[in-house]
Amino acid sequence: MSDRAAIVIAFAVTLAIVAAVAGLTGGFVWAGLRPDERAAAVELLAPRAGLLAFVGLIATGLASLAVQPVIRTYFTGARRLAEEARIMLDANPDYRIARAGAPGLRELGEAVNTLAERLRGQREEVEARIAAAKASVEEERNRLAALMSELIQGVLVCNAEGRILLYNARARQLFDTDSTTEAAPVGLGRSIFGLIDRNLVVHALDAIAQRCAQGDVDPVVQFLTATRGGRWLRIHVAQVRRHAGRDGAEAAEEAGFVLTLDDVTRAVEDDSRRDRALHSLSEGIRAPLANIRAAVESLLEYADMAEAQRARFLGVIAEEARALSSQLDRTMHEHADALKTRLPLESVLGTDLIGAAQRRIESRLGMRAEVETADASVWLEAESFSLTQGLAYLAGRLKREFGVEQVRFRLERAGRHAQLDLAWHGAAVPPATLRSWEEEPMRAGGEDSPVSFKEVIERHAGEVWHNVGDGARAPCFRILLPAMSAEPAQRRVAPVIDSRPEYYDFDLFRQPGQSPDLDSRPLAELAYTVFDTETTGLEPSAGDEIIAIGAVRIVNLRLLRHEAYEQLVDPRRPLAQASIRIHGITPEMLEGQPTIDRVLPAFLKFSEDTVLIAHNAAFDMRFLQLKEAATGVRFTQPVLDTLLLSEVLHPNIREHRLEAIAERLGVNIVGRHTALGDAIVTGEVFLRMVPLLAERGIRTLGEARAAAEKTFYARVKY
Amino acid sequence: MPHKILIADDEPNIVVSLEFLMKQEGFDVRVAPDGDEALAQMADFAPDLVLLDVMLPRRNGFEVCQEIRAHPEWREAKIVMLTAKGRDIEMQKGLALGADAYITKPFSTKELTARVRKLLGERA
Repeated sequence: MSDRAAIVIAFAVTLAIVAAVAGLTGGFVWAGLRPDERAAAVELLAPRAGLLAFVGLIATGLASLAVQPVIRTYFTGARRLAEEARIMLDANPDYRIARAGAPGLRELGEAVNTLAERLRGQREEVEARIAAAKASVEEERNRLAALMSELIQGVLVCNAEGRILLYNARARQLFDTDSTTEAAPVGLGRSIFGLIDRNLVVHALDAIAQRCAQGDVDPVVQFLTATRGGRWLRIHVAQVRRHAGRDGAEAAEEAGFVLTLDDVTRAVEDDSRRDRALHSLSEGIRAPLANIRAAVESLLEYADMAEAQRARFLGVIAEEARALSSQLDRTMHEHADALKTRLPLESVLGTDLIGAAQRRIESRLGMRAEVETADASVWLEAESFSLTQGLAYLAGRLKREFGVEQVRFRLERAGRHAQLDLAWHGAAVPPATLRSWEEEPMRAGGEDSPVSFKEVIERHAGEVWHNVGDGARAPCFRILLPAMSAEPAQRRVAPVIDSRPEYYDFDLFRQPGQSPDLDSRPLAELAYTVFDTETTGLEPSAGDEIIAIGAVRIVNLRLLRHEAYEQLVDPRRPLAQASIRIHGITPEMLEGQPTIDRVLPAFLKFSEDTVLIAHNAAFDMRFLQLKEAATGVRFTQPVLDTLLLSEVLHPNIREHRLEAIAERLGVNIVGRHTALGDAIVTGEVFLRMVPLLAERGIRTLGEARAAAEKTFYARVKY
Repeated sequence: MPHKILIADDEPNIVVSLEFLMKQEGFDVRVAPDGDEALAQMADFAPDLVLLDVMLPRRNGFEVCQEIRAHPEWREAKIVMLTAKGRDIEMQKGLALGADAYITKPFSTKELTARVRKLLGERA
């Protein structure tokens, strides 16, 4: 029964009772009257019957008017109370019912508040227990995340459909592109096929299946691929199996796969350089060599040939020999790096190497070691331990045999090489000494090595000689080592971002495939892009433009702050002073930013395969839609509006601004009025709304959209 | 009648030796400096054997070889391909295109002349 019907019936029954009581009283009085008194009463009342009826009606009307507000207060008050109680129950346990309305309702409200207080106490106790239990699981997870973040390889774990369940910072860095390219970024729930050609992965998985069929346990397949950023990656693929059933082994099903990524850009480049060098050496030399050989063999075979013919052959030999020499020089020069011996050498900063040698010499030999000059930009390809050992060995022999107590290091770049000097003062060391020292096994500071210094230097493709000093410079042993042209790339690993846990979401393992029929999917299962825009003004049709887009993703009901999108946009029109006060974006900040036609394709890619969410979405969507014609970018995803959803949830509460909703649902507001800040608040609000919607039977995307549509039309109507 | 040999090579320094060697063997020798000229000489000179360099200007040795084999009237001509590329796979290609022999530079002059004689059915 509706409120209105209940009120009408209650009032009608009240009136009926009053009328009945009046009628009975009149009846008794009438029965007690004598006949003449009755005649007199009829005579008195009959002409005034109209007036009596009129007064009766007026009284009834006045009574209903007087009663109505009270009834209304109680009925709507009770409704409000119910909505508020629901907020406490489902969204914000800290919310308390306002002390307002009729005294009875106020008391009821207080009773509910007390109840909520007790409930919260119990809930906290339960939560504390759950938290304790979860903590150990969480710790394991964090340990895993920490371990992953330390790996120099990139790691991506995907479910069977190729959606990313887990990744580390390195993987993200390897696929890094700037925010205006159309390449999809690495992100939870995103498809791996946006990053790596589907065929490559499918082929690898087929190969694994084949090897499994042949009885191989846990096979790993690898392939090489180039990223859009121009890197070469070697990718190892291994399958993840879920063991279903109690006895496990037989029931293993494919749950996904793990990709391990190595950046081999440098190795690939080296290989191709080495190939070119080999090619130019082998094929470039065959032809001239053939010419020489044919000429020489002819000369030998036909010794009695004519003089002119002999001269021609000799000319050919001389010319081709010269050509060969210069060919060799050219190849060696061009491909010097590629032809270097390949050893497990690491990239070492020259000053680090000297520091290590210095410490070793001072601690083990009791000598003083100083750095005279050191170019801090010199990087070496070296096996630092044996080199350090070798330097200490030389210093040790200088001390033992020539009484040298102090050595000095100098490091500088000399063309393609690094020149490392080990210098000393005073002692006159014969130049031939080094030749005998370098042949012997190294022995220094009580440590023996079977390797000679010469071998160490050869292994590094270096050279060493005794540089006789002059008046200005002390004598030294000069070591030339191949230097690297630049700092190795791997040193520039991006700093590990804190609060790691958002990098993984194992629950996605149980996610069904991306179904075309999104509407039937539960809200809790969908991936969302929550976004907000800042604009030059409020009228897109009057030429106002977007100046900032901020967005975050929600996957499996978790807000992924690390997978945020934030981009300023050059609106190509001046900013109104009033708008600057709201969003704080000044014209200077927009200088040099990309224009909307470059930003929207990237944002589309970011929001691919997700449902869009915005607060007052109609406003933001209007801006996006007005750009469709110009940019050709269409946002066709389903859209949810937190403003409308709030009205669906709380029709009796008037305030639906984002701040008000956030406060009501217990969401902390930070960074409002930046596009990203608002997007985050909107996302948090949406997450709180999901259980409230479920309370009202709104569980799927389709149901949410239908409910929102209804309130939208309701709003338009009033 | 001596056998006729066509040398198709653009490098004067090898042509000197090849021409000298073939003449010493008593063959009738002509030289073509590029692929087009080699095919013209096929019609003109009708050689019994072609020493065909792979890296020819205008039309490379493989094309020339294929073209020769496409003409039934030149079916009897022997083709010896010479190359400065040492890859097995190219040798396969040359033989597949109809070459009778495939010789990688540098080569022994004695072996070359022996190969030529054998292909022409003379005693080595």
